[in-house]
Amino acid sequence: MITAGIDMGARSIRVLILKDGEVLARGESTAGFDTAESAELAFNEALEKAGITKDQLDKIVATGAGRESAPQATDTVTDVGAAARGAHEVAPQARTIIDIGAEEGRAIKTNGNGKVMDFAVNEKCAAGAGSFTEAMSRALEVELEEFGALSLESTESIPMNAQCAVFAESEVVSLLHAKTPKQDIARAVHDAIADRIVSMVRRVGIEPEIALIGAVSRNPGFVDALKRGLERDVIIPDDAEFVGALGAALVATDE
Amino acid sequence: MKANYGYMDGSGEYYITIDTDHCNNCSHHGCITGCPKGMFQVITDDYDDEVAEIKEEFRKKIKYDCADCKPTTDRPPLPCQAACTPGAITHSW
Amino acid sequence: MAEKEFWRWKEYNWHDENIDWHGCDAITAGVDVGSVSSQAVILVDGKLYAFATTRTGSDSPKSAQKAMDWALEDTGMTLDDIHYKVGTGYGRVNVPFADRAITEIACHARGGNFMYGNSVRTILDMGGQDCKAIHCDERGKVTNFLMNDKCAAGTGRGMEVFANLLSVPIEDIGELSFQVEKEPEPVSSTCVVFAKTEASALLRKGWPKNKVIAAYCNAMAHRVVTLLERIGVEKDFAITGGIGKNIGVVRRIEKELGITALKADGDTQTAGALGAALFGKALLEKSRK
Ligand code: SF4
Ligand code: SF4
Repeated sequence: MITAGIDMGARSIRVLILKDGEVLARGESTAGFDTAESAELAFNEALEKAGITKDQLDKIVATGAGRESAPQATDTVTDVGAAARGAHEVAPQARTIIDIGAEEGRAIKTNGNGKVMDFAVNEKCAAGAGSFTEAMSRALEVELEEFGALSLESTESIPMNAQCAVFAESEVVSLLHAKTPKQDIARAVHDAIADRIVSMVRRVGIEPEIALIGAVSRNPGFVDALKRGLERDVIIPDDAEFVGALGAALVATDE
Repeated sequence: MKANYGYMDGSGEYYITIDTDHCNNCSHHGCITGCPKGMFQVITDDYDDEVAEIKEEFRKKIKYDCADCKPTTDRPPLPCQAACTPGAITHSW
Repeated sequence: MAEKEFWRWKEYNWHDENIDWHGCDAITAGVDVGSVSSQAVILVDGKLYAFATTRTGSDSPKSAQKAMDWALEDTGMTLDDIHYKVGTGYGRVNVPFADRAITEIACHARGGNFMYGNSVRTILDMGGQDCKAIHCDERGKVTNFLMNDKCAAGTGRGMEVFANLLSVPIEDIGELSFQVEKEPEPVSSTCVVFAKTEASALLRKGWPKNKVIAAYCNAMAHRVVTLLERIGVEKDFAITGGIGKNIGVVRRIEKELGITALKADGDTQTAGALGAALFGKALLEKSRK
């Protein structure tokens, strides 16, 4: 059986093709103005890498905020459902799953079999998701890729007062003017976002083990701040940003 | 006076309302000790009444600070509300 | 990043030449140190005598002093001639010469009551970095209030972000927002960050700038109305603050509420300082008893 999962995120679209439980290929594109077109790009990339045609796919399931606008999909699954299913596959020991995307953050509690027991979401406010770090790295004029590592070099933890991405940008600029070292500002930014995520996780209850998925898991500064906030280690699976797409492809297999 | 502390952002409205008319006759100020985060304080307000308020440093993040008291399922009574016998405190979320 | 000049207005001062303050019984002053602008108002026996509005600098005590000095300019009056001084606004505890600090909410209500008359019940203040909704009684005492200074949406700052994105001078936004064939649906994201993304997409889709501006003014008005609903809107209704000068937002708020906001003679930005000076008068009388 060959299935595909499409994760229609706000910023990126990710496609994963599964054959009898094995990952055949992945595809990725930036979510552009026309999301259906962007989805097609990622989808074709994955098909090409897998060396198959669309007709050979038994089922295609979409997930993510834009899941309704994936033209290829025959079915959809919620973000929460896909994340839980995917995480169960790659980190079966995890009972708490933290999924941070560009525009949303989620904490999910599962029963250990990939079934969702409870979840909480941070959405519609950029201060609670990956966009926050992006905006701050821009304000600091540091590449997003270096931003996380930079905060690990910090020697002093300073608080951030602004709780809004827009006001925080001004705060970062005034901190810069006040000659605050960039690494300390970077740490303050990651601590602030991690704080908000941790309080969301607490609402569902922190159950070991904890898995972190989504693109933000690539940011070592955030991961460090999150671990400190949770006072626990977190599991970061390989290809953590594809876990949603994997979950969707698995859901397709299950049905 | 109804004093609303908190905010509204893209994700929703998060206000703790204190009906300060109830504070006037309150002597035990249960809110101060009742809230595990220590968010309340009793002050003399602009009209020289003794009333409870949410401390400034919490006002922009009450959604996060109250999160522990508000699990997604089986929410117990809120400690602040339980401690305030005159019933002055309400939450919008 | 563009430096933050949220709302442009002139720094200016004024005093009433026809009033001779010498030998007057009660001279009181209010200073409102806001995050963007600072105002000072001087009352002589309860009558408006002088005021000034200036930009807030990086340091609150200096900004308070500057506003006060400006109000006193050419009056022959000195700080020592003032019997009671009240500080208000975000920097109120840092007004070095103040006899007392009073919150901006209470001062705004009192100032609004003086400015618009005692029939005013609801006051909406839209500033550069915050938004306040106040319900008050006929004496100008606050009965219900809320403040939103956490989120940039619905503040001058949010509007500034949009003006920058569209490269339109912020003072033109109001007029431009009416130059559309048909009122568009509001921008759907409240969050300024996401609304910006949405607006960029609308522009790429071929929407003229004015239509995007209209959609944002519409969204902003709707958001403010939601805030107002929490405290309950009752007539008479007044709008103060920087955005109160943006007709693109104000008219849409009026439309959604079905209520026309009162017009004031004076500069509505001084409402807080005026209220502080009025509090000063009451406190002075109390202290003399
Ligand atoms: S809900 Fe909990 S943290 Fe929030 S104010 Fe009440 S007692 Fe304090
Ligand atoms: S403008 Fe700021 S506080 Fe408001 S929703 Fe966006 S990030 Fe959150």
